[in-house]
Amino acid sequence: MSNPDESNWIAPEVLSGIRQQFFAECSDHISVLEAGLLELSAGHNDWEIINTIFRAAHSIKGGAATFGVEGLQHFAHELESPLARFREHHTFPSPAAIKVLLHAIDLLADMTRAALDGGCLAQDQIDSCVRELSTIEHAPIAEPASQVSKRSGSDNAFEDIGFVPAQAEFVEIASEPQHFRVRFRPHGELYARANDPLPLLRALKRLGEAEVTLDADSLPLLSELDHNEGYLFWTIDLLTAHDEAQIREVFEFVEQECELEIVCISSVAPAPENSLSPQKPEAPPQSNSPVPTQTPTSKGTQLSSTLRVNLDRLDRLMNLVSELVISEATLCEYAPPETDTHPNFPKALDDIKMLTRDLQESVMAIRAQPVRTVFQRLPRLVRDIEMATGKEVHLVMEGEDTEVDRTLIEGLNDPLTHMIRNAIDHGIEDAATRVKAGKSQKGLLRVSAAHRAGRLIVEITDDGQGLDRERIRSIAVERGVIGAEDVLSNEEIDSVIFQPGFSTSEKVTDISGRGVGLDVVNRSVQALGGRIAVSSRPGLGTTFSLSLPLTLAVLDGMLVSVCAQGLVVPLTNLLETVPLSTENLLQLGANTELLAIRGRHVPLVDLGALFEYRPPAPIKAEGVAVLVEADTGQQIALIVDDILDQRQVVIKALDIDTHPMEGIAAATVLGNGRVALILDINAIVALRRPKGTPAERLAADG
Amino acid sequence: MAERALSPKTPTASARELMSFRLGTQMFCVDAIAVKEVRNWSQATLLPRSPSYLRGVINLRGIILPIVDIGVLMGLAPNDATDDRVIIVVWVQKRLVGLLVDEVCDLVTAPQEAVETTSDLTGEAIHTIVRELITVEGAVLGIISLEQVMPRREGSSA
Repeated sequence: MSNPDESNWIAPEVLSGIRQQFFAECSDHISVLEAGLLELSAGHNDWEIINTIFRAAHSIKGGAATFGVEGLQHFAHELESPLARFREHHTFPSPAAIKVLLHAIDLLADMTRAALDGGCLAQDQIDSCVRELSTIEHAPIAEPASQVSKRSGSDNAFEDIGFVPAQAEFVEIASEPQHFRVRFRPHGELYARANDPLPLLRALKRLGEAEVTLDADSLPLLSELDHNEGYLFWTIDLLTAHDEAQIREVFEFVEQECELEIVCISSVAPAPENSLSPQKPEAPPQSNSPVPTQTPTSKGTQLSSTLRVNLDRLDRLMNLVSELVISEATLCEYAPPETDTHPNFPKALDDIKMLTRDLQESVMAIRAQPVRTVFQRLPRLVRDIEMATGKEVHLVMEGEDTEVDRTLIEGLNDPLTHMIRNAIDHGIEDAATRVKAGKSQKGLLRVSAAHRAGRLIVEITDDGQGLDRERIRSIAVERGVIGAEDVLSNEEIDSVIFQPGFSTSEKVTDISGRGVGLDVVNRSVQALGGRIAVSSRPGLGTTFSLSLPLTLAVLDGMLVSVCAQGLVVPLTNLLETVPLSTENLLQLGANTELLAIRGRHVPLVDLGALFEYRPPAPIKAEGVAVLVEADTGQQIALIVDDILDQRQVVIKALDIDTHPMEGIAAATVLGNGRVALILDINAIVALRRPKGTPAERLAADG
Repeated sequence: MAERALSPKTPTASARELMSFRLGTQMFCVDAIAVKEVRNWSQATLLPRSPSYLRGVINLRGIILPIVDIGVLMGLAPNDATDDRVIIVVWVQKRLVGLLVDEVCDLVTAPQEAVETTSDLTGEAIHTIVRELITVEGAVLGIISLEQVMPRREGSSA
């Protein structure tokens, strides 16, 4: 356990994001506290309320400690203390005590608000409240309900230890350190709930001197391993001045998901407790009140100006807006000619159009998230890679506030992770090589995000050795990615690294994987409607640029018709349109037609035949050729019957997996209610590219 | 709509509720609980390289609904007079699929005892789709196995 404290390396801007989250949660906890106390004051004496409000106060304290909001942490602790006492002694607060507690909660809400803005409250106000709280805490204990007192057996961890004075946690503890042995056996559920043993072990280490022993004896053979199960167990020998309750507190949130045994070994300690299963507080017979924990209060919501909304609701709203956009298009399509209508009708229609667009943009804005949510994981990632490679990297992040639709945020994570791994593993040299090259020992990795021309641009720049084009070339030839005689420009060689099966790493590392490198990145970026490009200067570094649409919900496209079917060509792929005529149509061989355009010749694709809308027939000089470019830079010309419109379309999932939808990315609904299919230009280019060399194909045909 | 009067019997615990429909001269039915709605034919958009039983997709209030010509799927003669035909929108494994049929007839309640399992002797396509028969008032109806209508492909990416 030699890891440094985590707070040493979290960048401040990352913390601030998590901090916002904490304050949002604080307001929830305060609502819970308030609701619980109001229930109690209404005479609903239920143990679960005491437990719930205690947990809420405790969570605020824990969060405040994590973010170093000291005033809040101390105050939450003062608030927690009397609650802990009620919980321990199985008593309910008196009406007077509830009044004090409610006042304290109001103050807590004020403090949270002040802390969010970076301020604090007047100290005397806090002090007087703390004094009031301590009077409740030290008030003589009311006689607990008789039934309850019976259950104060060894099943309650707090029982035998007695109450810890409020200040104990914050001042140096003078008492003798004791030796505890903690056995911690996490179940599978602990991991399933995204808990991690490491922070728990670290937290233990903070309590005193800890010696952690891993017990991996239960680890089965790989073939028998259930990846949902926990097989690793730890024994921690802890020399600490804290007591067992405080050790147990570390595990408070995972208690249900592990076996925990805390034994005091040193002789000065109280008698060791038996193995403790999760506590099951039995409801005393007299309590028959309703469960109060969900009671909403209006006060708690005042705290924050943000609102957390279930994503389903947001998606539903988005769907409704999409429908509205379609209905609006329908309305425009069926609008009577101007001469037949009320003079105000066109104006009203225009208003609807404008409002619909505004509404759509507003909903999109709600769904937008800053890329920070992805970026904030990067320091940790970089640090892990640094450890694994032994290289030193200085990470600079820019434009974390750039917003994109949340669907893209999710999709951005993996490509970014992969590319950063790649940049450190392959791009940045080790310290010795860097010094020899006259660079600083520490590599520089810059990750930036920005909006450009309606797209999100993410750039990953390193100051490493740059791409080794000689090596890329020779490996590409060796693996058959390119021919030995092919003449390639520098840019073309660079883009070879995105080809499937290409990896220049001489040894397979844990970091960059097994040749599933950039081609996977390339494909996942393309799946998001994005493109990836690389530029490199030998010895100076490499830049990867990702260009992604800002949303996956709408798309600008050109509506064309083929055999009376509506098809949408994404504008990002569209270059230009030309009417087909005998002048620009060229026959090459038996089955290839070319479009002559400004001195170049581009292969023509008959979409109707490719999609089997009609039987293949020789291409005639009629219709329109739509010149498109795939992300690879390859150009083809699609033959369509007609060009109908250029418009923004709402993307609808085409949820049919019974047969391959090659060439189709998604669908949309037109104003007339009919469905149009959105073309996947990259797939169409790939569809018509035959596999293998001509000789191989002939062999296969034979 | 009721071409044949199939009067519902008193529902029992093991009763089966079915919606019957006509394809050519034959009668079939689907479990009524899977039926979302019945709607008229609207012009479908053809999907590329699709099998003949897949009649394309239509817009069902924002949902892209694939239309399956269930008759063609079962090997019956195609009926291209689509304007006269109707679409039964059914749930198949949490997705909606439109079944193109000639006519919707009735809602039928029949006891589970009236259901017999067919045995596949001929290996024809219809046997994958119709695995049960039900006799209602002397008429024999093939029950469509909905999960066979749009089987999921292995390793599909959708």
